[in-house]
Amino acid sequence: MIRIEKLHKSYPIGKDSLHVLKGIDLHIKEGEFVSIMGSSGSGKSTLLNIVGLLDIHDEGDYYLNGQLIKDLNEKKAAILRNKFLGFVFQSFNLISYKTALENVALPLYYKGMNRKERLKVAMDYLDKVGLKDWASHLPNELSGGQKQRVAIARALVTNPKVVLADEPTGALDTTTTDSVMDLLKDINDEGMTVFVITHEEEVAEQTKRIVRLRDGIIISDTPTKAAKAL
Amino acid sequence: MKFLFDSDTWQEIYGSIRKNKVRTGITIIGVLWGIFLLVVLLGAARGLENSFNKAFGNFATNSVFVWTQSTDTPFKGFQKGRRFRLNMKDIQVLKSEYADEIKLLAPRNQTMNLIVKDFKSGSFKVSGDFPVLDQIQKKKLIYGRFLNQNDITSSAKVTVISEDIYKQFFEKDEMPIGQNIKINSINYKVIGVYEASNTANIDGDTAYIPFSTYKKVYNTANNIDWMMITANEGIDIEQMESDVLLTLKNLHKVHPEDERAFGSFNLGKEIAKFTGFLTGMQFLTWFVGIATLIAGVFAIGNILLITVKERTKEIGIRRALGATPKSIRQQIILESVFLTTVAGMVGIIMGATVLMIIDTLFGQGEDATLVNPTVNIPIILAAFTALVVLGTLIGLIPAHMATVVKPIEALREE
Repeated sequence: MIRIEKLHKSYPIGKDSLHVLKGIDLHIKEGEFVSIMGSSGSGKSTLLNIVGLLDIHDEGDYYLNGQLIKDLNEKKAAILRNKFLGFVFQSFNLISYKTALENVALPLYYKGMNRKERLKVAMDYLDKVGLKDWASHLPNELSGGQKQRVAIARALVTNPKVVLADEPTGALDTTTTDSVMDLLKDINDEGMTVFVITHEEEVAEQTKRIVRLRDGIIISDTPTKAAKAL
Repeated sequence: MKFLFDSDTWQEIYGSIRKNKVRTGITIIGVLWGIFLLVVLLGAARGLENSFNKAFGNFATNSVFVWTQSTDTPFKGFQKGRRFRLNMKDIQVLKSEYADEIKLLAPRNQTMNLIVKDFKSGSFKVSGDFPVLDQIQKKKLIYGRFLNQNDITSSAKVTVISEDIYKQFFEKDEMPIGQNIKINSINYKVIGVYEASNTANIDGDTAYIPFSTYKKVYNTANNIDWMMITANEGIDIEQMESDVLLTLKNLHKVHPEDERAFGSFNLGKEIAKFTGFLTGMQFLTWFVGIATLIAGVFAIGNILLITVKERTKEIGIRRALGATPKSIRQQIILESVFLTTVAGMVGIIMGATVLMIIDTLFGQGEDATLVNPTVNIPIILAAFTALVVLGTLIGLIPAHMATVVKPIEALREE
């Protein structure tokens, strides 16, 4: 599903450049539940941005769903994001003046689905994350856990190939963290590839494979106990 | 263009406008004020022009008046300071020599006289005239008729008096036609009463009698006091004025460069001055209106730019969810066009309402200062189109700003 070979990325800082990713090789198969761990500055967010087509890499090859990602213009990137990827962010990133239902339906709008149909599909996904009764509420009327569940529903609504979650539990307490992780596990159980970035050991433990990054290099890549238990 | 008719597009725009009600409102006022000013100013200028046209409407505006004074240069054995008079021979010569240029020619004799009826009397201007006067200076008759050719031929003792003279000598609603009044102790039968309007009337309150009658009664022989000349359509009135004066100077043995011998007043020239003023005012109106409009449109561009800046993160989210740069651009431009359009329409409606109020307050009746203040529909449509085009152009800037930022940078923004 995701194949990365000898990936390099550096950012210019003044005259110097900061080498963030120093040759990453990573292969994620369909249906995997992977977490990327590392301290801040280890390059994990950069990796996720590149995987999510929000940023471009300097060197190396990146295949998404078998397609080589190279020289993408914004339009193509937007279409690929819409088609293959679903995003879950640490700060939820819901649009504040839209209701939960409208937020979930937004990716379908960019897909070109008509309003009636997309509201129906969005409602199904809201139901799936257990927030059907909150459909007409604005984000600021929801708790953190509820917001993240809306965001997950939004990430799932286009039926993507991969769900990318950047610190999905970073802004949540322990109880809600568990409920969000349970949700991600359920999604994975249904066959969805899930790619989580986190620095919390407990969160990473709930995934099936942990990739640890340090200073732009993968230092370990191991299956978790949860995976072994299967 | 399909996106224009997509209810979702409008849903999105409604959503983002609703989010910033106050700011959007204030922005709209900028453009609204511009087009409102344009409409009201243009309407007022038009009203002024109309009232001007109304005031001079009864008068052939391409007219020249000519009279004699005294010479200021000795010529052909005559000393300077010589006084002389125009006569009917001049009229004949002018009529034949300028057959193509001159449309109407009215020789006139005038004097002040005592008018008496029963026990009432008053001093008024008495004018010996030809029927042609009615064509140069249209008279609105309340009773009867103006002088005609029969009156001239028969030197009839008949008179056409002004409304004010009528009011002085007759009872209210009394029938004046057929009654006699005494002018300079001679009985004249009243055949007409003309309305004293506030429109241009250089004669004032006058009793008109036939030219031939005047000639006999006041023994003026062939002399005339002055003349009114009206040019044909398309004739250069100033050129005609100087040509006519030269001919007259020749006829009366006046030095060709004598400045004082003849007095003349060129109504066409005076009106052209005023028309020039009106044109200037219209230009000013356009200038102020359009400048205000542009300022308003810039305000919209500015506010959209701020909005885009504030919504950088939102735009980043949308792009992460699959919004193409084109769809983002479309939305922002459409928002700009929508705002300018709404503002434009409200502004036009408000302007038209104010013009209606002006019309009812000042636009009707005899003394109207602004007659029918209106604006042409094509002008409004043009201004409106310009507004929409400007709205689109100005929307391009924030739209561009919104899409140059990489989604990752947009998302990072807090």
